[in-house]
Amino acid sequence: MALRLQSAPFDYGAECAAFAGTVDGAGAVVTFLGLVRDDGGTLTRMDIEHYPAMTERAIGSMIDQARARWSLSGVTVIHRHGSMRPGEAIMMVATAARHRAEAFAAAEFLMDYLKSRAPFWKKEFRGDSSNWVAAQDSDETALRRW
Amino acid sequence: MIDVLYFAGVLERIGLPNERMTTSAATVRDPVGERRAREERYALAFADTGALRVALDQELADFDAPLAGVREVAFFPPMTGG
Repeated sequence: MALRLQSAPFDYGAECAAFAGTVDGAGAVVTFLGLVRDDGGTLTRMDIEHYPAMTERAIGSMIDQARARWSLSGVTVIHRHGSMRPGEAIMMVATAARHRAEAFAAAEFLMDYLKSRAPFWKKEFRGDSSNWVAAQDSDETALRRW
Repeated sequence: MIDVLYFAGVLERIGLPNERMTTSAATVRDPVGERRAREERYALAFADTGALRVALDQELADFDAPLAGVREVAFFPPMTGG
């Protein structure tokens, strides 16, 4: 089980391969990669601020909940903070289990919780203007299914 | 003494990332009210507490949660991780 919070970019392919190499007994690995999306081609950069002392605790607790709920052979969460360009990787989740249903469910659970319960805030920069990305009502709704 | 932290839009409105406060208030709502009455920047930042989140010692809480024994309070907008 691993959690990494970093400003540096990460190599998604290498991380996936390394993860798959550590999950003895698993029959399924699910990975998710979140990218900086550039709607309309006008985004110059995205900054992600976080609350360091809380981020680690909050995500650690999400991982513990996922492990209590599904029988997982491995979980990795990597989340970046700082400044990123369009197309760059923001974060990834990898889960491994004996069967794919558990790995998919755990990955979706972690994604839903990371979205609105991990203390990160995204700010988009377009030309001379910037704005904080607003949380969506659908982010809260997504938690109800768990 | 309690450390008070601000993040994202709340930090920008108040203009500082953290401060210390002495309070005998029972809940978070009281010091928020005091500050809101005192200065415009706090009034703006705390105008709609329903649209804010609060964490007590790094755990999400609500504005009516007891402050007794708390060392760190953080105010921030709804989170946008992932």
